[in-house]
Amino acid sequence: MNEFTAQHPIVVVALVKIVVLLFLLLTALAYLVWFERKISAHIQSRRGPYRVGPHGLLQPLADGLKFLLKEDATPAGADRFAYFLAPFLTMALAISAIAVIPFGPGTITIFGQSTPLVVADVSIGLLVIFAITSLGIYGVVLAGWSSDSKYSLLGGLRSSAQMVSYELSLTLSVVGVLLLAGTFHLGEIVTAQSGYTWGFLPRWNLLNPTLPQLLGFFCYFVAAVAETNRLPFDLAEAETELVAGFHTEYSAFKFGMFFIGEYASMVTVSCLAVILFFGGWLSPIPAGLGLAWQAYVPAAVLGLAGAALVVDGLRYWKISGRIVLPAMGLALCVIAFLCARPGVRELVQGPFWFLLKVSVVLFVYVWVRWTLPRFRYDQLMAIGWKFLLPASLANVVLTSLAVVARS
Amino acid sequence: MTAELLVFLALAGLALAGAVSLILQRHPIHSALSLIVVMAALAGLYLLLEAEFVAAIQIIVYAGAIMVLFVFVIMLLNAGAEERTQFSRMARYAGVPLSGVLLLVLTFHVARASAAMTAASPVDGMTRRVAMLLFRDFAFPFELTSILILVALLGAMVLAKRDS
Amino acid sequence: MVPIPYYVALSAVLFGLGVTGFVFKRNVLTVFMAIELMLNAVNLAFVAFSRALGQPEGQVFVFFVIVVAAAEAAVGLGIVIVVARNRQSLNVERINLLKL
Repeated sequence: MNEFTAQHPIVVVALVKIVVLLFLLLTALAYLVWFERKISAHIQSRRGPYRVGPHGLLQPLADGLKFLLKEDATPAGADRFAYFLAPFLTMALAISAIAVIPFGPGTITIFGQSTPLVVADVSIGLLVIFAITSLGIYGVVLAGWSSDSKYSLLGGLRSSAQMVSYELSLTLSVVGVLLLAGTFHLGEIVTAQSGYTWGFLPRWNLLNPTLPQLLGFFCYFVAAVAETNRLPFDLAEAETELVAGFHTEYSAFKFGMFFIGEYASMVTVSCLAVILFFGGWLSPIPAGLGLAWQAYVPAAVLGLAGAALVVDGLRYWKISGRIVLPAMGLALCVIAFLCARPGVRELVQGPFWFLLKVSVVLFVYVWVRWTLPRFRYDQLMAIGWKFLLPASLANVVLTSLAVVARS
Repeated sequence: MTAELLVFLALAGLALAGAVSLILQRHPIHSALSLIVVMAALAGLYLLLEAEFVAAIQIIVYAGAIMVLFVFVIMLLNAGAEERTQFSRMARYAGVPLSGVLLLVLTFHVARASAAMTAASPVDGMTRRVAMLLFRDFAFPFELTSILILVALLGAMVLAKRDS
Repeated sequence: MVPIPYYVALSAVLFGLGVTGFVFKRNVLTVFMAIELMLNAVNLAFVAFSRALGQPEGQVFVFFVIVVAAAEAAVGLGIVIVVARNRQSLNVERINLLKL
């Protein structure tokens, strides 16, 4: 084993990173569903899942079991190859986009090999994510067509036409960031946003001194919500519209794969928004105010969260909750203590800020879904072509003028 | 047998399998899926040839937009599986082997003619050099292609409109 | 480094397969796809030569080929839709009259 590691260090390191990332990602996806259900419930003045495990924390497990054990019915006239390919394609593409996202600066050492905090360190990281988004349209189109059902076909056609239209605005809204950073490499785009204007305002692309990319971020967010088929743009798969759109005829695990694919593309788009517009892993606290105490922020936040869990757990209404929740809180406090140790402290800074910002963007995603009403299909296409595309183009022109004027 | 040669053989095999499947499949949607596989394999080959920008453009534009157009049209026209064709005797016994021979002769000569080329040392920053060429020396053809796309857009809209 | 003749040979074989598809298939959409296969084979040859000579002009030409193929696919598919609507068939052997 050791000589294999010595001869092919790159392969082993890549495998370790892939396994860790997949494990974390799939767990995060399951709990993202829980997160969405809890937040949607509180927005609607109810409680959400709270019976299956304390605070409904075992609900994703129950849902997963349900997906695995349900009957898997295939429609009689379905084109078998495309019918089986579509959910696989959606899930595989959505998950593989996370491979190019950098979670932190610098390098860590695995098995004696120093490697950056990203699975695939390519110089065209941004283009890879757009390529994967373009290919994601096939999952929808093939699902709609191969199901041999009128609702699925209409839903698939509408959904894919929507995705193609908003893909243009998505790509154009990012060109402003590219002009400011001068590279496709995601890690370099983040490091180009380091520094603070006037000493305290972080130089994130949203607040860039050359031209704040507010229009760019707005176009990107709207296009991203439309691209991932979420409310307010989810006419093609809404329950009250075309039954369930392109995934009407899918059941059990295949539907679960579409579900995972949708949430994974949500995560990818949020990570990309954080990297491009919110400074990725950079901390918002200006360095001028004293660097020493800033390093303890992750530990402090985790410790507070742990203490809150302990306090909440001791007052929980079920006995199982009164044992499990304080135990989880104590585990968080232990992790917080570990994050305050000198070796781990520097390592945890970048990923902590990155994951915090991604959680905020995901919260806004869920918030928008459960607050805004749905657009009609013709309104949706009109927004995509008549408003968003000219706005993205205007952003490109303005940013080019600002860059030329500054240099 | 370096890793690079292995990857090349895998991708080339995938491209050939996709191309053969394109010809042998009876339903046009399966042919379209095979063509997408060929394009993805070619994008991998472009990455091997250190042409990252072209690889990304191939996936984003060719496999992600043009082939989507093909799949849409196949869906809209409700194209079904082809009927079995009755090839004439001449085609079956003389045509197919002769075209195979033509293919082999062509490949042999083309490969032999380019055997003298040895690869230059790896260039990096190829994307930057392509961008410089595209926006400086070839800026006029670049703007012309935007007019070409506009003309194609108008043409497609006019052609596909139903007479009211 | 994989020798350049390997790439060019692969490009020639793909081109030959595209010609075979173009000649022998009877669904007009499949014929169109065989044309796209031929264009892709040519793109591979361009990129291989660009790498061999270390010049980016090959890749610039590939960019133009892709753009022209996109425009051609759009208009060609529009024509196919109109013809299919009028002839009620996608079989190239039935679309053989100059007057519809």
